[in-house]
Amino acid sequence: MAAATGAATGLEVRDLEVRYGGAVALAGIDLRVGPGEVVAVLGPSGSGKSTLLRAVAGLEPPTAGTVTWAGEDLRRVPPHLRRFGLMFQDHALFPHRDVAGNVAFGLRVQGLPSAEVRARTEAGLAAVGLAGFGARSVRELSGGEQQRVALARALAPEPRLLMLDEPLGALDRALREHLVDELRALFARRERAVLLVTHDHEEAFALADRVVVLHAGRVEQDDDASTVWSRPASAFVARFLGYNVTTAFGTRVAVRPDGLVWSAAPGPAGPDTVAVTVADRTFRRDHFRLRVATAAGETLDVAVRDAGSPAAPTPGTPGTLTLVPGAAVALT
Amino acid sequence: MTPTVRARLGTVLAAAVPVVFVAVLFGYPVAAIVGRGLAPEGTLDPEPLRRVFTDPALRGVVWFTVWQAALSTLCTLVLALPGAYVLARLRFPGRSLVRALVTVPFVLPTVLVANAFLALGVSRSLGAILLAHVFFNYAVVVRVVGTRWRNLDPHEAEAARMLGASRWRVAREVTAPALRPAVVAAATITFLFCFTSFGVVLFLGGPTRTTLETEIHRQTTRFLDLPLAAALSVVQLAAVLALLWLVGRSERRAATPARLRAAREIEHAPRTPGAWVLLTANLLVMTALLLVPMAVLVVRSLTPPSGFGLDAYRALGDLRRGSTLFVPPLEAVGTSVRYALAAATIAVVVGGLAAWAGARSRSRWLDGVLAVPLGVSAVTLGFGFLIALDEGPLDLRGSAALVPLAQALVALPFVVLLVGPVLRSIDPRLREAAAMLGASPGAVRRRIDLPIAARALFAAGAFAVAISLGEFGATTFVARPDAPTLPVVIARLLGQPGEAAFHAAMAASGILMVLVVVAVVVGDRARVGRFGDF
Repeated sequence: MAAATGAATGLEVRDLEVRYGGAVALAGIDLRVGPGEVVAVLGPSGSGKSTLLRAVAGLEPPTAGTVTWAGEDLRRVPPHLRRFGLMFQDHALFPHRDVAGNVAFGLRVQGLPSAEVRARTEAGLAAVGLAGFGARSVRELSGGEQQRVALARALAPEPRLLMLDEPLGALDRALREHLVDELRALFARRERAVLLVTHDHEEAFALADRVVVLHAGRVEQDDDASTVWSRPASAFVARFLGYNVTTAFGTRVAVRPDGLVWSAAPGPAGPDTVAVTVADRTFRRDHFRLRVATAAGETLDVAVRDAGSPAAPTPGTPGTLTLVPGAAVALT
Repeated sequence: MTPTVRARLGTVLAAAVPVVFVAVLFGYPVAAIVGRGLAPEGTLDPEPLRRVFTDPALRGVVWFTVWQAALSTLCTLVLALPGAYVLARLRFPGRSLVRALVTVPFVLPTVLVANAFLALGVSRSLGAILLAHVFFNYAVVVRVVGTRWRNLDPHEAEAARMLGASRWRVAREVTAPALRPAVVAAATITFLFCFTSFGVVLFLGGPTRTTLETEIHRQTTRFLDLPLAAALSVVQLAAVLALLWLVGRSERRAATPARLRAAREIEHAPRTPGAWVLLTANLLVMTALLLVPMAVLVVRSLTPPSGFGLDAYRALGDLRRGSTLFVPPLEAVGTSVRYALAAATIAVVVGGLAAWAGARSRSRWLDGVLAVPLGVSAVTLGFGFLIALDEGPLDLRGSAALVPLAQALVALPFVVLLVGPVLRSIDPRLREAAAMLGASPGAVRRRIDLPIAARALFAAGAFAVAISLGEFGATTFVARPDAPTLPVVIARLLGQPGEAAFHAAMAASGILMVLVVVAVVVGDRARVGRFGDF
């Protein structure tokens, strides 16, 4: 990982703080994105994700801390000279320009010859699957098409860092899954640093090599995507990723719904079992999700994948939960 | 009746009220004066109309009217566009007060302003006309363009920045195209006001500078050449209609739905030295251009010959011997407020119905009809009232209702401008959601449209009060001698010889200005966020 070498490459954010009046939007943020690396900032709405992108872009002046690229302090570099690209969540396409005019904008301001602008615009549109859309008005486009135009526009000037704000934001599920693959391919094509923010952990894990979890303006965890998923560093991260955080098995641990086994029979009393009552159940395509309550008043989510029983237990049914060995993650 | 037919009928009835109002109080009097002038014997006589374009003196008048209006508009844009930016996008302490103060000149009576400029030592000249036109129309540009500026998507400019465009390039390639319709609309409205400006040209232009409006006045009052005056009115009206058509066209293009945005996305405190310079420079321009003329009136009112103090105000309570007034000037305060409240009520009811009907139909012809009084010459209207409203059921001569009716007519276009866009911007899904929750069409109007429009209606009402308080042109023709309004009293006091009368005029001006400021501030407080085009 580039960040580990200590050499000054790529983006480095150190001790960044952004305040709006008295309110602290971001505090003590450290973040590195190396060339060729895809980093996702994951957090609920209001956690400061978009502010972080804007601070890196230079659109929001930080109240403290530094943003550097390859060791160069960017404090005095205005946004348009940073050679960073930013794709806005709402796309922010220029309504008075057609599709080609939008994609060509960054190339034209560089003063490139018009033949090259045209060629690269067409290539950029083709790369996002919109070849031949150049003359369309951006107002006629569907949400997915707008998103692709915004992406092509951000990519066209070849930014050294590409930032995306909720890249799959409001798109429908099928389109999202399709675009995840396309985005991955676009990211992989060049040795470009990518920083994206999202509130959707599936999107973050699908797109990024590294995931930074943000909570109330602070970094909760910064790890490989797989580490964040398997070893959440705090109760907040665990809950955000859908884990149960419980003390039902002694010490406080995080455990995923599929790390617990439900049985209707009273099981042997032990450190890995707990007596519960079913409170609610939901059908989840390939399994049932039970919400159960312990005698101590905790509620836990359990996945039930027993293909043999056509109907999951109804609310009120007593039973036992058993912890799958190795499924519990200790929380400090 | 099917629900659709009932809804249509409701819209038509709502539209009928303002249409009849404008037709009776504006269309009929203007038609009467034009008819009386162009066809005095019952048959059309094109001779006067021909004279307007062949007589070298009259052609000079037309030409001067056009180019002084164009030059005034240019000066206003140059000075007010930076001000519009500062007031729309920069955050600084006291901004809402500055916004309100900047609006005050727009509703001040011309007689008062002309006097303020003369008191400042400005001599009668073309420069004085331009200065006064900028003074009056600064608010038009600040409000019309500023509203649009606040509604621009800040992400578009930021996206351009991230694509490598400098601030200047963003201004030229992203912001300017987006602002253009609003700038065109503001410029056209300003041109319209300067084109039909009466008091400014009359008081500040000197004897050699004549526009269509002052020429109409001169031909009617001095030479009693009604046919020529009517021909001039026809030419002016044609120009006004053409301009209004232009405004309507550019407004249609400017009408893009605005999303609700957090204030901090739109505005920011000045951060760079450049922003501070811009802010300071514009505050200086506003002070020198707008506040100093207003302040000089207040200062003059506080410094009568008897020494610094409120003597001039106290003197307003007395009816001096030999005065041309029939009542103590102070009574005019109550009269003005009563008339203005009545006029605002009429304007809000009629204008609210018009805005509601306009919002429900896709065509904008109703807005056009209601905007015509915007470009009406007070002189034409005043004489029209005198000529037309003197017989049958419309015999309103000497009636106290005439003043608020005339003032409501002048305020009406602004009510529509303020309320229309708010009603149009109501998401149709809100109405559908209410209907799905069991609300009848009447309940939807009562529970969705009205509450959302209420603040805009209130703001429009306050603005109508301000306009009515300052209305001079039409009021002076129809006000009863024993019940003058403040602007009428001021004009009469200024017409009287002597220091005391002058300082009394200044004191009356001071009171008028305070009333107008209160109305504008109250109205502005009610229009938090995105409210209307003006």
